[in-house]
Amino acid sequence: MTGNIFRLSFNMLRRDWRAGEWRVLLLALVLAVGSMSTVGLFADRVRQALQQEATSLLGADLRVTSTRVISPEYRAAALQRNLAVVTSAVFPSMVSRAQAISRDQATSRAQAASADAQTILTEIMAVGQGYPLRGKIEIDDGTPHEATGIPQRGTVWGDARLIQRLNLEIGDEINLGTLRLRVAARIVRDVDQAVGFASFAPRVLLNLEDLSSSGLVQEGSRISHRLLIAGEPNKVSELRSWLVERLQLSEKIEDVRDARPEIRTALERAENFLGLAALTAVVLAGVALALAARQFITRHLDTCAMLRCLGASQAQVLQIFLYQFLLLGFFAVIFGCIIGYAVQAGLVQTIAAMRDANLPTPSWMPIWQASISGLALLLGFAFLPLWQLKSVSPLRVIRRELGIPEARTGLLYGLGGVVLGGLFLWQAGSLKLGFIVLGGLAGGLLIFGLLAWLALRALSKIPLAGNRALTNLAQHGRTNALQIVALSLGGMALLLLTFVRGDLLDNWRTRLPPDAPNRFLVNIQADQREPLLNFFTAQKINTPKLFPMVRGRLIAINHRAISGDDYPEPRARSLVEREFNLSWSENMPSGNELVQGRWWMQPTESALSVEEGIAKTLGIHIGDTLTYDVAGSQFSAEVVNFRRLNWDSMQVNFFVVATPALLENFTTSYLTSFHLPADQVRAGDKLATTFPNLLIINTEAVIEQVRNIVEQIAQTVSAIFMFTLLSGLAVLYAALLAMQDERIHQTAILRTLGADSRYLRKLHLTEFAVLGALSGLFSAAGAALLGWVIANQVLDIPYRPGIMLLLTGVGGGTVIVTLAGWLATRRVANMSPLRVLQSA
Amino acid sequence: MHKINFKKEYIFMADIVQAANLGKQVESGGQPLTILHEINFSVKAGESLAILGASGSGKSTLLGLLAGLDTPSNGTVYLDGHDLSALDEDGRARLRGRLAGFVFQSFQLLPALSALENVMLPLELHTASNLPASKLPAINNHSISIQERARQALQKVGLAARVTHLPKHLSGGEQQRVAIARAFVGQPKILFADEPTGNLDATTGAQIIELLLELNRAHGTTLILVTHDEALARRCNRQIHLAAGRIVI
Repeated sequence: MTGNIFRLSFNMLRRDWRAGEWRVLLLALVLAVGSMSTVGLFADRVRQALQQEATSLLGADLRVTSTRVISPEYRAAALQRNLAVVTSAVFPSMVSRAQAISRDQATSRAQAASADAQTILTEIMAVGQGYPLRGKIEIDDGTPHEATGIPQRGTVWGDARLIQRLNLEIGDEINLGTLRLRVAARIVRDVDQAVGFASFAPRVLLNLEDLSSSGLVQEGSRISHRLLIAGEPNKVSELRSWLVERLQLSEKIEDVRDARPEIRTALERAENFLGLAALTAVVLAGVALALAARQFITRHLDTCAMLRCLGASQAQVLQIFLYQFLLLGFFAVIFGCIIGYAVQAGLVQTIAAMRDANLPTPSWMPIWQASISGLALLLGFAFLPLWQLKSVSPLRVIRRELGIPEARTGLLYGLGGVVLGGLFLWQAGSLKLGFIVLGGLAGGLLIFGLLAWLALRALSKIPLAGNRALTNLAQHGRTNALQIVALSLGGMALLLLTFVRGDLLDNWRTRLPPDAPNRFLVNIQADQREPLLNFFTAQKINTPKLFPMVRGRLIAINHRAISGDDYPEPRARSLVEREFNLSWSENMPSGNELVQGRWWMQPTESALSVEEGIAKTLGIHIGDTLTYDVAGSQFSAEVVNFRRLNWDSMQVNFFVVATPALLENFTTSYLTSFHLPADQVRAGDKLATTFPNLLIINTEAVIEQVRNIVEQIAQTVSAIFMFTLLSGLAVLYAALLAMQDERIHQTAILRTLGADSRYLRKLHLTEFAVLGALSGLFSAAGAALLGWVIANQVLDIPYRPGIMLLLTGVGGGTVIVTLAGWLATRRVANMSPLRVLQSA
Repeated sequence: MHKINFKKEYIFMADIVQAANLGKQVESGGQPLTILHEINFSVKAGESLAILGASGSGKSTLLGLLAGLDTPSNGTVYLDGHDLSALDEDGRARLRGRLAGFVFQSFQLLPALSALENVMLPLELHTASNLPASKLPAINNHSISIQERARQALQKVGLAARVTHLPKHLSGGEQQRVAIARAFVGQPKILFADEPTGNLDATTGAQIIELLLELNRAHGTTLILVTHDEALARRCNRQIHLAAGRIVI
């Protein structure tokens, strides 16, 4: 029986297809799957690329660092999982220029004579073949280019600081331990930046095979051994789990998220943006499908009644249409995925930054995700109407006025809601984002519907010349309110993606201004504060704020002693085992946000403020008493608040801030961050020579990475927007089609009763304009509200909707709906009213 | 089976349709409104019956109840010995599929289907139901395909040359001929016709009636026809008149 029903179903689908009945539904579904797969594939590739970009800061996906030679077992475990591995060793060492310069050179470098005999502390990085596993090193050996390997034996590459400080030229030689090594190139752009505040010295890149002959590797040498690992993400994470269980106290494991809070924030925000774009595509697709499905069902009431009249059972009617929907879904999914793949490939080619980024091949996951989501959407939105369709009374063949039967809708709506909610959360990739959009959507639907209905009723009471149109709208209040809701949703998504998206992206961009600090100064002594500030003034560099810093180790929480062993998580363990940078302040540091508790009223109190993330990691609660050991003396104080830090501001941030009374009597050093303009690099060198004890940390590379990520995301979201725009238009089209069916019938009746074209035009234009204006108003209000919630709750950036949003919403809504509605109903004027009424 | 045997004893064997104490009430403005009162009559196999009455007299409601398209508020209908009130919606649909053909005032052709496909539809539904051979409508020649049978049915109504046309490309009279071909293609025992000429001009209407009665005679089908046309009604074996939901003499 199933086979025969399937054949019948297929035959009917074929015939209906010929008559164009399925086109809107298919278009909506193809657009849904197409936009979801485009967004998914695109996001997948960008995510992979961003991850790669971020991993270039480590030079690998994963890095194991140890003060001892890394166990060969680790290396074997990585190789066993087909992962690429490279070892390196990093240590500080003194370096001097080896070769005496010629007279000519001496003359030309007379002003730099003081550097001649200088020996400087450098960071030596000895690397093995294959380094770096992620990212590229750019060098200049006469011509700047990307390095294809590592320094050859007997040569080194030095960074700009080394070249400057030792007054070197390419080809000069340096002394390193017992070795004399030729400087073969200048490092223009490096990878594997040190994590934290350790990278203060000029860097020398050395071939690992030269290390043993340098005589520098001895018992007690301060060598940090590193094992760099890269490869397939799931293999890497598998290895990570394997390693975490075996890590010794002297070892630590890092991936880019552990290493760089700034990058982590940027990546998370990027993923949220992409999730938002994907989610909007789902919402739009769902609305378009719902409208198209409803229109399809309305148009098939007669078919169902006739089928029932001819003897088809309810189950057969349901089966016939269900098979048709599934067949349609199957073709739409294939077609949508092909389109999605082609569009994302095309997008990558049209966006210069993407083309140049040489994006990785997408995984299959987004294709599956889009296919399953597409089918779920189709069934989620079409199942209820189908359920109603099967119950169409056969009596309709005699009594045309019988419409869609009432169904037991509670359970079905509930089921649909759960399916769609699940999909939303899946696509959003973040529970919070999913719930916000889902809640916004559900709330919006209800509120828009109610407000639209009330507005239509209120408008009909206004004594106006064109009141017939308003009365008309109010008489079909429920249907028109539904149409306004559908139009508003389409419009809201479009506005969200145009205005709000632009505002959000701009706000995000401005979080990292061009003059964001790119240097950190550490180890400033109390008596150096004034000379340092004077130095800045003399060099015409903006005077930075100096932050006091005391180093202390957390030894007890609520008077219970703690140690690294209390925490299984490596990050928590390392936090407990190392010293914290503690600061004090009377007021909350600018750019920090109080998330729980209160800021202290009196600087004389004994109180602590803790960053919310670290509090969570260490299990600290408001009201807990923390005990710190600072150079042998201890102090205890209560935690009175949690702060959220703005990591991507590149400002100085402290995990723990105390009241001045607690810390000001301890030996204090100061630190600061400032922006060193590119044309004042010399001032940086002068700073280093004037204050030789200061550690100057260059964070340019990190800033550049964050900026790149933001830029790439901005371009990605803009590209995805184009596709989502198409889905939004499909929603509008489907909503307008639904309006058109109804109005064609009404127009035919009015024509029969003698209404002339002018009257009809005025009537329709007024109706459409009111519907459009109300939809536009709700679209703008919804987009502004949702944008505000997303900005505040998800992206954590400021957002204030502008008046242009409202004007565009109302103006655009009025014009588009009026124009489209007029175009759709205009042809009725030329049709014979009898024909319209007979075919109805 | 017991029930059916009982009914067969109860009603006269040659009665194919029987209305027993049939009544229909609906809610209108919060008040009950009676559309049909205590209708009792029977129709013998092969007989033709016209139901006459003014608009609103309840004749279409009665047709709907007789065909099992609607359920009565009281009383029952026996169709070929089956008590319709004992059957659920799907049971009535199956019975309709086996026994009945329909012709409507508004033709009720599926707009997406060609003339031939519209006529094939009831046969396809039967095949899809996969009913046992004994339950299938009588078919003269089982060996010919569904399509061929539909084509022959269209030929009988004079539309052999229009098989591929869509309803919207056919005139009203032609659409009704397609509907008649669809009604007879399954060789039904009973044909229900609701104002079959209501949407047609007089000449076309007369032609359609000729065709309908001719096929009715040829197939020995029982015809139940709803009309307000006295002349048309007189061509049937019997007439019953309805006024305000009651049978009047």
